[in-house]
Amino acid sequence: MHEMALCEGVLQALEEQAEIQHFARVHAVWLEIGALASVEPEALRFNFDVVTQGTLAEGSRLEIVTVPAQAWCLPCGGKVSIRQYFDACPQCGSHQLQVIEGEELRIQQLEVE
Amino acid sequence: MMCTTCGCGGGEVKIEGHDHHGHPHDHHEDNGQHRHGDEFQPAHVHAPGMDGRRMVRIEQDILAKNQRHADTNRRYLAERGVFALNLVSSPGSGKTTLLVRTVEALQHRLPVAVIEGDQQTGRDAERIRATGVTALQINTGKGCHLDAHMVGHALEQLQPVADGVLFIENVGNLVCPAAFDLGEAHKVVVLSVTEGEDKPLKYPDMFHAADLMLLNKVDLLPYLEFDVDACIDYARRINPKLAVLQVSATRGDGMAAWLEWIEGGAEQARNARKRALRERKTALEQELAALQSRLGEAH
Repeated sequence: MHEMALCEGVLQALEEQAEIQHFARVHAVWLEIGALASVEPEALRFNFDVVTQGTLAEGSRLEIVTVPAQAWCLPCGGKVSIRQYFDACPQCGSHQLQVIEGEELRIQQLEVE
Repeated sequence: MMCTTCGCGGGEVKIEGHDHHGHPHDHHEDNGQHRHGDEFQPAHVHAPGMDGRRMVRIEQDILAKNQRHADTNRRYLAERGVFALNLVSSPGSGKTTLLVRTVEALQHRLPVAVIEGDQQTGRDAERIRATGVTALQINTGKGCHLDAHMVGHALEQLQPVADGVLFIENVGNLVCPAAFDLGEAHKVVVLSVTEGEDKPLKYPDMFHAADLMLLNKVDLLPYLEFDVDACIDYARRINPKLAVLQVSATRGDGMAAWLEWIEGGAEQARNARKRALRERKTALEQELAALQSRLGEAH
């Protein structure tokens, strides 16, 4: 979904950081994308190439780090791994789950010059 | 034309009555600077290391900018005691009809304003205005969702009346609007019974992001094979705290409960505004007392 808007957000962050951290070129970008963030890596890569054309990040490498989804199961009182929002707790079968990881959409680090 | 507030220009977002174009642009609220992307000049370049390359850790949310605008909108609404709802659904769920019936019933009890989001045309805002309620249309062009920046500009122009209700009807899309906080109190997802009961499982993000699900067009249930209980069960697997109301905008079923839910939220927003004002008054009185006593000591 909205991969174009996300890539525009990344580019804006890069341009802001270029001023603050004094760099002129971006060679690589590491993004942390949660498994539940509904982002298609292929669509993200495609849009990233399009959005960064003619910018300080043109031709840069996009590294996508997927963050697995984890939830807190209220009945079990413990952390469990899930793959979708509607998954049940693998231990007790409850849906009383509070997602604690896997919704990330973060820029982690950059390789710059 | 350049926007007078933040100077953003270009792009194809149109807010009715406002010569404003949204993207692409950058705002730099945090450091008080303002510049546009195309003016970027590589300056102060340091080149340490072997080939001049270095790693920079930034740990920043991609949607941080939307979040800043959303926080600003939320503060603006809280200061005015406005209860804001972000209505989301697929196209064709009956969202606009539901909204027309809702504002018709509410407008004599509370101040009501509407922001309409669609890719093209001002038809929905016209439908709302026909009821006598103030409405503003945002056309997102190719955009698949409203963002908090567009809504911020719409708020400036719409100036919703204090202690009232603001409805933001998002672009008909069950996917993208889930990720964009607009500054609302709640997302309300509208699902119609003509859509299939497994939609919450197919599009889980929106049902996870919403606080209330309105199951619309229940007057059509006799003609459909739609399992209401299964649908609610699917939705609550994704979001155990999701409230559900069954409504028919055209026949009126469940509308009283929906209006009651809105009025309850509006009352809370109103009370929170008054509480904040009282707290501010107390704080100012204390500050005044402290200053007066210092002035006394000085004499």
